[in-house]
Amino acid sequence: IVVMLASPAVMLALLMLNILIIIHLLSVISQNSAGQFFSSGHTNNWAVLVCTSRFWFNYRHVANTLSVYRSVKRLGIPDSHIVLMLADDMACNHRNPKPATVFSHKNMELNVYGDDVEVDYRGYEVTVENFLRVLTGRLPPSTPRSKRLLSDDRSNILIYLTGHGGNGFLKFQDSEEISNVELADAFEQMWQKRRYNELLFIIDTCQGASMYERFYSPNIMALASSQVGEDSLSHQPDLAIGVHLMDRYTFYMLEFLEDIHPASKTNMNDLFKVCPKSQCVSTPGHRTDLFLRDPGSVLITDFFGSVRKVELTMDAINLTDPIKQMEEDPVNGEEQKEVYSYADQLPVSEIIHQKPKQKDWHPPDGFILGLWTLILLVFFKTYGIKHLKHIF
Amino acid sequence: MAITEVERRRGQLAALSIAAVVIIVGVPLWWRTTETYRAWLPVSQIKDLAKLQLHLSADVEVVFARGTVTPEQQKKVPLTQTQDEEHTVDGDLLMQFMILRSQNMKPARSFDSQTFFPEDTTLRYRYETKYRTATIMEEDALKKPTAAEADLSLHMLSESPCGSLVVYVIPESSSLLPEDVNVYIGQRRTALVRISAQMRVGKTLEQLLAQLEPQIKQVLQVMSFSHTDITVALSDRVRFRPGNKESIADSMRAFKSSPGYEITFSLLNPDPKSHQLHWDIEGAVQTYIQPLLTKLSPLANFSMDSQTLYYTMLGVTPRFDSSFEAYTLNADSLAHVINPVEARLGSNAASSNPVLNFLLYVPDIRHSPLYIHDHRKQEVPSNAFHSPRWGGIMVYNVNGFYGSETEFPVHVNINMAKVMGVFLAQLRLLLGVQSLSPPPGFLVAPCGSTGLADWELDRLMWSRSVENIATATTTITSLAQLLDQIGNIVINDNIAQQVSSAVTSLQLAMAELEVGNLGFALQYSKEAILASEKAFFDPSLLHLLYFPDDQKFAIYIPLFLPMCVPILLSMLKIVSEARQRRREKQAKKE
Repeated sequence: IVVMLASPAVMLALLMLNILIIIHLLSVISQNSAGQFFSSGHTNNWAVLVCTSRFWFNYRHVANTLSVYRSVKRLGIPDSHIVLMLADDMACNHRNPKPATVFSHKNMELNVYGDDVEVDYRGYEVTVENFLRVLTGRLPPSTPRSKRLLSDDRSNILIYLTGHGGNGFLKFQDSEEISNVELADAFEQMWQKRRYNELLFIIDTCQGASMYERFYSPNIMALASSQVGEDSLSHQPDLAIGVHLMDRYTFYMLEFLEDIHPASKTNMNDLFKVCPKSQCVSTPGHRTDLFLRDPGSVLITDFFGSVRKVELTMDAINLTDPIKQMEEDPVNGEEQKEVYSYADQLPVSEIIHQKPKQKDWHPPDGFILGLWTLILLVFFKTYGIKHLKHIF
Repeated sequence: MAITEVERRRGQLAALSIAAVVIIVGVPLWWRTTETYRAWLPVSQIKDLAKLQLHLSADVEVVFARGTVTPEQQKKVPLTQTQDEEHTVDGDLLMQFMILRSQNMKPARSFDSQTFFPEDTTLRYRYETKYRTATIMEEDALKKPTAAEADLSLHMLSESPCGSLVVYVIPESSSLLPEDVNVYIGQRRTALVRISAQMRVGKTLEQLLAQLEPQIKQVLQVMSFSHTDITVALSDRVRFRPGNKESIADSMRAFKSSPGYEITFSLLNPDPKSHQLHWDIEGAVQTYIQPLLTKLSPLANFSMDSQTLYYTMLGVTPRFDSSFEAYTLNADSLAHVINPVEARLGSNAASSNPVLNFLLYVPDIRHSPLYIHDHRKQEVPSNAFHSPRWGGIMVYNVNGFYGSETEFPVHVNINMAKVMGVFLAQLRLLLGVQSLSPPPGFLVAPCGSTGLADWELDRLMWSRSVENIATATTTITSLAQLLDQIGNIVINDNIAQQVSSAVTSLQLAMAELEVGNLGFALQYSKEAILASEKAFFDPSLLHLLYFPDDQKFAIYIPLFLPMCVPILLSMLKIVSEARQRRREKQAKKE
């Protein structure tokens, strides 16, 4: 009744208001590049993807990590900005019925291994020490560029960990653990040296939420697949391969990421809703209190993709000098040209005929000494001390 | 009975001596062998450095040409004045916020916030202005027909040291400057300021100087450091202060200070069947880019390489625009161009220096010509774009070089002067040479063939020195804080030495800045940064020794408890026997 009573003048005013709002929005969208910078404050993206468990039955952890690797590459982060750590080689494992493949979906629908996977840390190189060294940057000087995390203060970093975990720790290689305090300290050191602008930490293990409890550095957002006291469950086994192929949380997260393309505007609040208890059986958790921006304004592509900011070059410098010709080179070039040849890769004859290497003599260690002392004591106890003079 | 007495005594002595040995020898030995080696660090000096107090000083010389000062005023010149400006920049608000939050959260270690976190930074700017009259040779130089020639001949007469400025005040009648321009900023370190007629009639020298001051201050803001530049350079410590948007965009665009940079030039030829491209990259780099890099050598080392990539397309399909009869890429789709290309660019595996990529893309014949359009659908004259902290891409159209009947592939010689002009401009922006629009009435001379004016180099050196000093200070203070908090990290001698040398270099750099020796200040600040980064990122500083208390008990109890229990029990037995004897003695007395 109220609507019908509204006069044409009021309706016209409303229409004008709508038009004004639309014009304002359009002008906001086509703003200059200085405005474009302030939406996120980052200029490059990095990803550190770690699978911490070995053995064939932990196939799903490798498949998890490789699937996230695929998504991140698809959305634009280049290999030079991804540090991929896989603790075991499932594709070439002798128990793999389909060698050189790692599947993430049953009935072998999706091979996430492909032929352009670049694994930076493989096998036994995936240790707690190496992981912390990568994060804090304290690598020996001989480490090549591809194994380093060369982020700066304008980098957004995605860190994804998967494996077996417990309350407050994550198991590496079935032999050592990283605790949540160590992880929090590593992130604090990264913050002190301004090695990140914003950090997204995703962990898919049992009791994963315990790993982000201790963070205290700013600008970290954390997601975990299960709360303390809950186990993260795997998704589906494949009867031909014989093991479980993926974990539930990562599986549904990947389904969500399949809908993301480099220009999409989906934000983090949607990522928090991925895999509710009905699908995941465990309760995923997240932590945003350390993050400065509102999660609703954080785009998924801020972390998973790599959308570069771009400015148009308006000026050019007028160069008038002609190019200097390099005269001296042809004369010297002939003399300096060396003839290169391939070095003999495997000098077989040398290897076969070489003498065994002289090993340095080491004094016997504690165990041997202890054993001999025990034998001597028993001897003298049994036969008496008078035999001593026969020895010395 | 006597035997048991002796044996009992012997037992007591044995227990007592074991206890004595354990306490006097064992405990200190265990303590020394389980303690970590920590070399001495100059902690008090580091705490002093944490409150950063930067004093910057610039020398300005103001020279009055004939006709600008009356003879009475001239008597009082030469004159020296000093001006000081103090600013306090608040410490990182975010850091304070996080400290408060962490104190509420009770982290694993107590955060000793009072000792080390970045406090307010005090800045003091000092301008030492010397006034004098022009010499005869300078007068001759100022009589040249154009301002550029005057600038050149003035430069021949005397070369100003880096960090200083000379301002020549010319009379209104001078024809050096065009009508609407009052100030001319030269390619080196000189500026020409035209005095207006009413400024000099019937005034004393002080009034004249007071009138000139605003203009000279403006010149200083353009040619020397300004408060905004310095605040931007300190962005590590004062990150979340919203300055003006342009300066923040500048700080995001330019690479952070680093001891070395790698520059890679790549030629992308997606269609080698049609175009056979030839570019004289070595000659072009030697002629056009190397002079700039030589001029910038006090700032950093540069290494250059080049490559040609075939069959590499842009990731975006350009659209044909019939109004321009050409293919266009609009500004919004440019952001998606870089990623697919970057996967194909290599980089030098041996160094960890930041890489600047400059790509020259020659479109394939089916998408020629290709132009870049801005938001208003206007063509961009340079046909190039750049990405902050990454590099630049230029599109070079070759369809004008041949007709439609030519035989493919066509051999094309690329005009390197045009290409390098654009790349040079992008290189300047990426290295932090700010392109600020000068105030009204100013005429800025175009930078010379090196691509960088001397005063631009000075500005870069100021901001780099300040940035290096701030970064090195933050690194050292956070390293000291880290080593303080985590008691288990071993501090080797080489780390202590690096820290000490970093502290010394920092102190020297700040002293040189205060005096105004910009070159030395930059050099010391670079040494400070190198030493502090080496100390902070030393591989031996890895903390893997987090022991929660229950694990410590679990380790030590099985070792020490079986040994201590008999000793304790025998101690107790001795004490109880002694007490019993004393009671018997007392009972006997009574």
